[in-house]
Amino acid sequence: MFKNKGNFLLLTLLILVTALTACTQPTNTTKTETKPTATNSRLDTVKTRGKLICGVNGQLPGFSFVDQNGQYSGMDVDICKAVAAALFDDPTKVEYRNLSAQERFTAVQSGEVDLLARNTTWTISRDTSVGMEFAPTTFYDGQGIMATKASGVKSLDDLSNKSVCVQSGTTTELNLTDQMRKLGLSYIPVVFDDADAIYAAYQEGRCDAATSDRSQLVARRAILPNPGDHVVLDMVLSKEPLAPMVVNGDSPWFDTVKWVTFSLIQAEEFGINSKNLATFTNTEDPSIRRFLGLEGQLGTDMGLPNDFTARIIKHVGNYGEIYDRNIGKPFQLERGPNKLWTEGGLLYSPPFR
Amino acid sequence: MNEEKTPLWRDERFWQMAGQVLIVIILLIIISYFGNNLNQNLEQLGIKFGFDFLDRPASFNIGDKVITYQSTDPYSKAILVGLLNTLRVLLIGIILATFLGIMIGIGRLSDNWLVRQISSIYVQTLRNTPLLLQLFCWYFAVFLKLPKIENPLTFLNSIYLSNRGMDIPWPENTTKTWLSLALIFISIIVSLLLWWKRLKLIENEAKSGKNLLYIILGLSVFSLLILIFGLDWKIPQLNAQIGFIKGGLNLSPEFATILFGLTFYTAAFIAEIVRAGIQSVDKGQTEAAKALGLKSGLILQLVIFPQALRVIIPPLTSEFVNLAKNSSLAVAIGYNDIYAVANTTSNQTGKAIEMLLIVMTTYLIINLIISSIMNIFNRLVQIKER
Repeated sequence: MFKNKGNFLLLTLLILVTALTACTQPTNTTKTETKPTATNSRLDTVKTRGKLICGVNGQLPGFSFVDQNGQYSGMDVDICKAVAAALFDDPTKVEYRNLSAQERFTAVQSGEVDLLARNTTWTISRDTSVGMEFAPTTFYDGQGIMATKASGVKSLDDLSNKSVCVQSGTTTELNLTDQMRKLGLSYIPVVFDDADAIYAAYQEGRCDAATSDRSQLVARRAILPNPGDHVVLDMVLSKEPLAPMVVNGDSPWFDTVKWVTFSLIQAEEFGINSKNLATFTNTEDPSIRRFLGLEGQLGTDMGLPNDFTARIIKHVGNYGEIYDRNIGKPFQLERGPNKLWTEGGLLYSPPFR
Repeated sequence: MNEEKTPLWRDERFWQMAGQVLIVIILLIIISYFGNNLNQNLEQLGIKFGFDFLDRPASFNIGDKVITYQSTDPYSKAILVGLLNTLRVLLIGIILATFLGIMIGIGRLSDNWLVRQISSIYVQTLRNTPLLLQLFCWYFAVFLKLPKIENPLTFLNSIYLSNRGMDIPWPENTTKTWLSLALIFISIIVSLLLWWKRLKLIENEAKSGKNLLYIILGLSVFSLLILIFGLDWKIPQLNAQIGFIKGGLNLSPEFATILFGLTFYTAAFIAEIVRAGIQSVDKGQTEAAKALGLKSGLILQLVIFPQALRVIIPPLTSEFVNLAKNSSLAVAIGYNDIYAVANTTSNQTGKAIEMLLIVMTTYLIINLIISSIMNIFNRLVQIKER
């Protein structure tokens, strides 16, 4: 009986080993084949699916926010719409996924979303070790601090021993830590996963101040019960270039998102917007003709419709229109560094050639 | 009889074993498929699997902490701070929930109409609403609605209650404090030994052992004096102008929320377990105890409860384990438990799978420890068959 059992175990082990080696062998050989090429890029996946899955914040007025009718609006949402317009000539073919700061990178890594447009700061570690690929910056932001007027907080020094509400997993959490460390001051961080919870706790007086990107603070201040009681301090703690991103190692899809973003900037530089687009159909300017796909094969060469820029402008508008619609008009925020390079800003598109 | 001649395919035991082996193989194939898939995906993204990031500086700050921690400390220390925060909630939560649960459970069977109704409403409301909702309720509707820090509730000029938490006096970390604590600890041990000796005296020699009682009393007074004067107490001091309380120990509203939320929620379940346990004891036991002339309090304490424990402890274990797992909801209200810290870490480093593994293993170990301790208790209360 015992002898039998021993034999049995041996047999089992043998079977297991063969099964395991059989399992690992084929995957090893296919590994090299699964590198994304033009044939199995996400670009094709999205095209076959017929709609874009876009990861957004969903809680941030001006960037991505759900209104009373359940419609998404904001700068980040318009980036998603621009990509959908380029691919399908229809900006509504987007499925939005609300992602928290914690979930966002995993959602891209796992392929749950095709594109992440979620006010995310472009940093070297996210670009490399986290496995992201950042499209051009769509909003140059900086970290700010909002405090109640009554608290008398005017600078970072005043935050010594005070509590500060901050969102977990953000660059702002790290920047604040760095800045206070530099000044040798201690403070009490109150860290929330959820943006709504931060401002609810701040409003109740749990924290003396809240820190985040300045645009976010301005937008949030506007929806606090008494906006006049709060000030967004006149200082910038850090650079926060916010950019859409896709997963690392998929060039065709990355190129698509990158050049859709550039086309928004280039359109403004050419002075083309959603209202005057029709007047450009018989333009003589060769660079505009190339840009709009009336000449050449810029779009087709990257696997997009040749007139993808015209579609974007028709449905979403150029960068200036997007900014004014979502941020400029509602929150009275100056464009500052988000002007075109020709006007002294940082927005600059490489040539469409 | 001639067992050896039975062909293999007609041997029932062979087929039973073969079936089991087959299932194990299928399971292993499934697991290795997913493992391979994961590995391949990570490789494609250029992400390396490994735990060496734990030595890098965390560079984020943690509000609630039991041990000293700075943003320059490594991720591993940040995770340790989170773990201690989780354990702090667990230990206090389990003790409080058990006491409250037993009280409510007994209250459900009380002869007093009002007590019975209140207990019943308590159990029905807390057991049938989601814990997350209760946490938000505690946080936003109770603890953040306390007076602002400039104008806190004050008790005896040394305890402050505001929406920044509760500030209580706390001994400073000095040698004097530790020496005093050691003295108190020693006198407690000595007292216990004397008490045990006194019981022996009463049992074996029928003496009153009064002298020993006096010594124990003396030791208690001594310990109390040391507790008050020996420890280096830091009394919190309010600076209303800048809205800051200095010194003492601050129990944050986030800590209070998760502690209260878990305690009250779990107590509702424990109450039902206690009630079931008490009702499982035969009515004859109560009647027999009454016939002996015991008062109702003593009946419960000496006759009913010890027998009810046999039924209570096994399901109680699973409630404790639930409490441990539910504590991860702390992330919603900004308490830095291990899950919250791990979340931040995985977000800053992109090491989602590694951190998930760490957190899962931690909860697994915590819960296995809880289960094994409860198993020891369970063995103690079961009927000893001789």
